[in-house]
Amino acid sequence: MTRTRWIRLAAALGGLVLVACLPLLAIYVPGVLPGPTYMPGTLQLLALCWLTAALALSYHLLFGVVGLMSFGHALYFAAGVYGLAIVLERTDLPLLGAAVVVLAGGVLLAYVLGAISLRVTGISFAMVTLAFAQAGNVLVRRNPGDLTGGEEGLALETQFVPDALVGVVNTRNLYWLALAVLVVVYLVVLWIERSRAGHVAAAVRENELRVRVVGGRPYAVKLLVFVLAAGLATVVGMAYLLLQSGAVPRASSSEFTLTLLVMVVLGGVGSRWGAIVGAVLYTILDQRLGELAGSEAVEALPAVLRVPLSEPMFLLGACFILVVMFVPGGLAGAAGRLTQAGAARRRAVAA
Amino acid sequence: MSTLVLLLVTGLGLGGLYFLVASGLSLIYGLMGVLNFAHGSFLTLGAFVGVGVARLVGTDTWAGLGLALVVGAATGAAAAALTELGLIRPLYERHIEQVLVTVGLSLATVALFEGIWGPDAQYLTGPPWLESTTTLAGARIPNVAFVTFVAGALVLAGIVLFLKHTRYGLIIRAGVENRAMVTALGIDVRRAFTLVFAVGGAAAGLGGVLASQYFGYVSPHLGGNLLIFAFIVTVIGGLGSLTGAAVASVVVAVLQQLTNYYLGYGDLVVVLLLAVVLLVRPSGLLGRKA
Amino acid sequence: MSGQSMSGPVLQVKNLSARIAGQQVVEDVTFDVPAVGVTAVLGRNGVGKTSTLRAVLGLIERKGEVLLGGERVDGDRTDKIVRRGVGYVPEDREVFAGLTVAENLRLAERAGPNGTSPERRALVAELFPDLVQRAEQRAGTLSGGQQQMVSLARALLNDNILLLVDEPTKGLAPRIVGEVAEALAHAATTVPILLVEQNLQVIERLADTVVVIDAGRVVHTGQAADLLGDPDRIQRLLGVHAGEESL
Repeated sequence: MTRTRWIRLAAALGGLVLVACLPLLAIYVPGVLPGPTYMPGTLQLLALCWLTAALALSYHLLFGVVGLMSFGHALYFAAGVYGLAIVLERTDLPLLGAAVVVLAGGVLLAYVLGAISLRVTGISFAMVTLAFAQAGNVLVRRNPGDLTGGEEGLALETQFVPDALVGVVNTRNLYWLALAVLVVVYLVVLWIERSRAGHVAAAVRENELRVRVVGGRPYAVKLLVFVLAAGLATVVGMAYLLLQSGAVPRASSSEFTLTLLVMVVLGGVGSRWGAIVGAVLYTILDQRLGELAGSEAVEALPAVLRVPLSEPMFLLGACFILVVMFVPGGLAGAAGRLTQAGAARRRAVAA
Repeated sequence: MSTLVLLLVTGLGLGGLYFLVASGLSLIYGLMGVLNFAHGSFLTLGAFVGVGVARLVGTDTWAGLGLALVVGAATGAAAAALTELGLIRPLYERHIEQVLVTVGLSLATVALFEGIWGPDAQYLTGPPWLESTTTLAGARIPNVAFVTFVAGALVLAGIVLFLKHTRYGLIIRAGVENRAMVTALGIDVRRAFTLVFAVGGAAAGLGGVLASQYFGYVSPHLGGNLLIFAFIVTVIGGLGSLTGAAVASVVVAVLQQLTNYYLGYGDLVVVLLLAVVLLVRPSGLLGRKA
Repeated sequence: MSGQSMSGPVLQVKNLSARIAGQQVVEDVTFDVPAVGVTAVLGRNGVGKTSTLRAVLGLIERKGEVLLGGERVDGDRTDKIVRRGVGYVPEDREVFAGLTVAENLRLAERAGPNGTSPERRALVAELFPDLVQRAEQRAGTLSGGQQQMVSLARALLNDNILLLVDEPTKGLAPRIVGEVAEALAHAATTVPILLVEQNLQVIERLADTVVVIDAGRVVHTGQAADLLGDPDRIQRLLGVHAGEESL
């Protein structure tokens, strides 16, 4: 048992090193990546994958671990994106100081709104989080006091951002930052899941009443996890601002949360790797399907085929429906079944 | 004074629209425990198809509007019934998956509508009377506000009569209380599921055509925008309570109109109201204790 | 009803197991219900009596064979099984509280060969005159005994081939217990009943056959009179003395 654990750890570390070295290599996967891995365009897409995966992991903490179906997780991501953009523009704080302020703000926001939303459960909880996020979206679009830039969004004010993180020439640094964020979020999520609070949280998902009967405090645990997940989302949001050098209102929309839900379910609810794989797959598909839509092959098709094929979100939504209906447990579940079947076959051969 | 009257009546009109969406959400949730995220798509589809057919005779004629309403309601009902049969029924009693499927459907259909009809709003002109105003207590009130309010009230009355006086109404009322016991009386409750979807879809389709008159345009996001407020309305009214949804529709819409005019940020005040209601009464105004 | 199914058992349960939320509540239950008389299911609290009835109806996830009138029904949905002629009187009555008494009864009326007939309606009106009087009252405002009458009436309105009756006297005043037993005794003259009951006096009055369940399995089947006449056995199987009123 311990041996397989070591092997797994070594494989994970090896994989991580490989992924970290990508900017120095020239790996090209036609059809998946837009170009070789040292090109800024490719690095930008991969960095986006890592940040999306980190965000999906923070959502996994809510939905997969505690079973809280939030439709407003985008709010805390947007708090990071817009919060950092605003603080950098309006104050003289250096990047790190600004980040600390924004994180504190995100956590406080999550604490207040979480405390209210968690008074209800199930579908009502989903609705309430949706409503709060929608309020945030309205605020951002309305541009109060010229803070958020309305529909236009905000450009990143680079005066107090280290030069190494600015500009296309430094995309590889941003790539490493994104990867670091993913690793940190993964470790935090792992740590929470393994902690006492994580075990209670999992028990709450299975049977809240039983937790209460044995003297546990489901509300406190749920709120704790809610705030932690929101804090992680805020961190990811700040990295996202640096990577995209700007904030757009879409980051705060309810559709954005729904796409997180899509990623986590595609990958497999309750699985950390599922969340990561789901997010990466989703990001790449979204990108590549968009290009497919503009391709000549699709343009030449009759309207019945052309219209659906030129809408990436339609294809992703349809995929999602099929996975929910026919692939319980998502990709992780399917992979688990395959390896189990493989193991059974090997056992049968051995016997 | 005249401004207040104007805001109140347009609020009632908007409330009528909210209720047309919320009534279906409430019926479906009450009977099946499913919150239908695709409900906005039924509305949008009803609006596009209804208005599209009306264009053949002219959207500015009464015949065109009547046709749009009938076709819109029928389209909404058909889309909803097909959704229930094809996507919801196979996931019988698996509520989370059912909600997820409606989420996927809403994402996919909005994209599809954008592909078919373009992402931008299409403006339209209704019959001249609907476009003009009536003076009431000094306020010049757009006639369309009366129409959407009356439509909401008629749909409420229609659904209540249906629930009170028909066999299926009886099955639905019993099913809201205890679905398992209804099946244990030998009743195939799944037919009632398809029926509430169809009724809710018809109300949404009707709402879509009326919303296109109220706002003066159709767009792929028409349904999604109304859906968020309909969700808020259903939670404030108490999930699954039809009268609660009706009361909350009017309260939310009127409050929204008033604050939008006097303070700005009416949408935020609505969310604040939601927070207050949940703090004071987590089960909503007329909801049963969870 | 065909003559041949009258001769064999009306209900056969073979190796039935059932789960609720992943938890095994019925392990492996096998028994027959004869086509006449009352078959009582006995056992301590929580051994799976109610779950057995619910599993027969398909109200909970189940495995094993269930034959009704000689035909397999374990693959069928609940409503389909019921329409074959099964009346169900659940534990805790489960009347629709927001519906009137008349609406509760109207909902239970079925069409078809073993459905509702004018004679059946007359019988119910005769057995439960109280309900006729309170037809327009909301069922939720009735007393426990009256609610039990509604629940029984729903099952008796149809020309069923089998009744599943779960703890009909639970929580009722002694006088009402007598009335309920009376109604069941009357019903038993025309339709076989599978009865879960804790009250030994009621069992003594109604039951012809007994099935004793313990820890999700059948541990005894036989004539009711044999078991009830053997205090040691009752003590061993049910953990009570025969003199005690209730299990």
